[in-house]
Amino acid sequence: MGAGRTVLVTGVSRDLGRTFARTLATDPGVDRVIGVDVIPPRGDLGDVTFVRADIRNPVIAKVIAKEDVDTVVHMSVIATPGSAGARGTMKELNVMGTMQLLAACQKAEQVRQLVVKSSTIAYGASSRDPAMFTEDMEPRRPPRTGYAKDVNEVERYVRGFARRRPDVQVTMLRCANVIGPRVVSPLASYLRLPVIPTVLGFDPRLQFLHETDLNRVLRHAVLSDQGGTFNVAGDGLLMLSQALRRMGRTSVPMPGIAFGGLGSVLKSARVADLSPELVAFLTYGRGVDTTRMRADLGFEPQYSTAEAFAEFIATLPPAGGRADRVLAAVAEHLPPVDEDRPAQLTVAGDHDGRR
Amino acid sequence: MADADIIPIGTRGQPGRGAGVRSSSAARGLAAKSGANKKSPAAKPTPSAPVAEPPTRDTDDVIATTPVEDEPVIRTASLLDDAAAVPSGLVAPARTEERSSSPLAGIPVGDWLAAFQHASRELFGDQWEPQLARFLAFLRRRLTGDYTVDEYGFDEEVTTRFFLAALRPIAQKWFRIEVRGAENIPAQGGALVVSNHSGTIPIDGLMTIASIHEQTGRHLRPLGADLVFRLPVVGALARKGGATLACTEDAERMLRGGELVGVWPEGFKGIGKPFSDRYKLQRFGRGGFVSAALRTGVPIVPLSVVGAEEIYPLVGNIPSLARLIGVPYIPITPFFPLLGPLGLVPLPSKWLLEFGEPIRTDEYDAGAAEDPMLVFNVTDQVRETIQQTLYSLLMQRQSVFR
Repeated sequence: MGAGRTVLVTGVSRDLGRTFARTLATDPGVDRVIGVDVIPPRGDLGDVTFVRADIRNPVIAKVIAKEDVDTVVHMSVIATPGSAGARGTMKELNVMGTMQLLAACQKAEQVRQLVVKSSTIAYGASSRDPAMFTEDMEPRRPPRTGYAKDVNEVERYVRGFARRRPDVQVTMLRCANVIGPRVVSPLASYLRLPVIPTVLGFDPRLQFLHETDLNRVLRHAVLSDQGGTFNVAGDGLLMLSQALRRMGRTSVPMPGIAFGGLGSVLKSARVADLSPELVAFLTYGRGVDTTRMRADLGFEPQYSTAEAFAEFIATLPPAGGRADRVLAAVAEHLPPVDEDRPAQLTVAGDHDGRR
Repeated sequence: MADADIIPIGTRGQPGRGAGVRSSSAARGLAAKSGANKKSPAAKPTPSAPVAEPPTRDTDDVIATTPVEDEPVIRTASLLDDAAAVPSGLVAPARTEERSSSPLAGIPVGDWLAAFQHASRELFGDQWEPQLARFLAFLRRRLTGDYTVDEYGFDEEVTTRFFLAALRPIAQKWFRIEVRGAENIPAQGGALVVSNHSGTIPIDGLMTIASIHEQTGRHLRPLGADLVFRLPVVGALARKGGATLACTEDAERMLRGGELVGVWPEGFKGIGKPFSDRYKLQRFGRGGFVSAALRTGVPIVPLSVVGAEEIYPLVGNIPSLARLIGVPYIPITPFFPLLGPLGLVPLPSKWLLEFGEPIRTDEYDAGAAEDPMLVFNVTDQVRETIQQTLYSLLMQRQSVFR
C-alpha cells in the first residue's frame, strides 16, 4: 500500500471509462480505484470497486468521504443522450452531475487532485476560427445548444472549483475526437455510415485521438503533478475529403441546409446523431495546438491523427478502392519512379513557357 | 449455300417502312446494291458459327505475343513495354468479322494501344513512360488520400500541380505580369508581404501567389477575410491553397513557423473601391499586420501591384442588394451584369509587380507591438512606400493594355 492513493472514476459504465479505470487499477502508483456510475458497467472491471451511485445527488459526497478518495477523475460528461434518454437527461447528467461532484470534492478535505476529461468541442467551430486553438483561446461563437454548451458549463464549474480550492491540482484535458475500433461517438457513428454525407463546398480539418492515447493521457495526468488545461490530440490533421478517400467510402455532398435536415432523419432512424455542433464541426472543422501537452504536461501520444484513423478504418468492412487497383495494375507495368521527386504534369513541348 | 438459307423478314429485304407500298427516297438510296444486301446478312451466321475459335484466332494473328484469354488490363500494359512491336497499320484486316461478337470488340486492341501510345507521347513527351508512371503514382496518392496537409489545411501537392499550373498561363499570357525586385523576397524564414488590393475580385492575390512561386519557389500564404471561409467551395479551396483567416493568432503562428505570409490590409475597401479611385490606397486596417510582424520580428516586404485596377472597372454598386445577401458590395462593371458570364472575363491589362525593400522589424524592442504610436508609424511607412511605388510604376507604364 505504498503511495496510498485512492482514485474515484466517474462514468465507468461506458467503454472508455471502464477501460481507463481497469488499467489505472493495475498501476503500482495507485492503491484503489473506485468506479462510480448510475448503471453497472457491461464488461469486466478488474480490480476496480464499483459503487452504484448517481453523481447527480449528494450520495456521491458520502462515497468520497467514506472511501477516503484523494483523486477524482471525472469522465462522465457524455456527448450523446444515447442510453441516458433525451437531451434533458443528458444535460442533467453533464451539468448537474458535475456540479454535485465538484461540490462534494470541495467539501472533502482529503481530495488533492481532480482530472476532468473535457473536449475540444469547447472551442466550437465557425468560419471565424483561428487555424489552431491554443488553450487560452475562447470559442469565437459561444455555443448555445447541446454537448458544446454542456462542456462549456462544465469547464466553467471546474474553473470555479479551482479558484475555491487552490490546494487541489486541477487538470482539464480537452481531448480531440476520440477514435478507435471500439469507440462509439457521434463522429465515429457518422464515419461508420455506409454512404457518408458531407457539407457541399466545405472540407473540414479533423484531428483525432486514439482511444489508447486517451487512456494513457488520463493515467499520465493522474500520476503527474502538473495541473492546468491541456489540448490533447494526435499529431497532424486530416481533411474530411482525405479521410473519406482513405476509407474508400462514397460521399454525398449536400448543401448545408439539407445536411442539417438529414441529421434529424438519421437521428430518428437511430443511425447517427448529427447534432448542430457536429454539423458545425463537419462544416468548418477545427484544429488545436498541442504544444503545451508536450512541453508542460510531458505527454506524447503514440498515434498520430492519421495512424489513429488508419486503425479505425481497419475495423470497418473494406469498401471501394477499385480505381486504385486498376491504376496499380497499370503502374506495375511501367518503370518504377523515384517517389522523392514530385511528378510534373508538364505538357510536352511547353517547357519553356516560363520566364 | 449462303443464298439458300435466307429467311426474308417483313418486306422481303426491300427498304422501307414495313407495310408501306413504296419506300422513301432516302431508304431507297441506302439500298443501292439490292443484290448484295441479300448476301451480307447471310455472310455473318456462317463464319461466326464456330463461335469459340475464329475471333480469337484473328487477334492472335495480329498480336502474337500473349494469349488473349488473359486479363485485358494486364495485356494492354505489357504491350506498352515494347512500343515498336505494335505499328498501327498491322491491325486493319481483322475488323469486320469481329463486330458481331461484342460491341467492345469493334475497335481491336491493337488500335487502342496505338492510340494510347500516341496520346501518351503527345501528352508527356518522349519520356512518356516514367512520366506516366509518375502521374499514375500521383493519381493513386490522391485517390487513396495518401498525402499530407499542414495544420492550416494547405495541400502543397495539389496547389503546385493544379492551382499554380492553372494560374501560370493566366499570369504569363493574359496579364503578362512583369515582376520587379523579386530579390527583396527573403529566400527563407518568415516574412510578411503587404500589398495593395484592387480589382473587384481578388485576382491580384492569386496572381501574386503565382508570381512569387514562379520567382522564388516559395508558397505565399495569404490571409483571407472571414467571408472567404464562410463561403462554400471558395473557403475550402482557399484552405487547400494555403490561405488562413486574417486574425492575429494565425498571422503570428504562420510567421513564427517561417512562412511567407501575404496580407492585403485594405481588404474589401480596396477591391471594392470605384474605378475613379484607382491606385488611391485606402486605410490600412488597424495596423494588425504590423503588430504581428513586430511581435515575430519578421521583415515586411511592401508590394505594389499595377494593372489589377483595370481588370474589372467598378463603375457601380448595389448596396441594398449587397446588404441583403451579406456581401460587401455587388459590382457593376461596364460588362458585368450586361454581358452575363462573359462579363466575368477580366480585361487583359498589363500588370507590374514591384517588391520594395524589406522593412526590418527585428530592431525594435520587445514591447514595440504594444506601442500604438509606433505601430501607426510603421503602418504609415509601409503605406507610403506602396503608394509612392504605385505612382512611379504608373508613370513608367506606357498604356493600360501594353
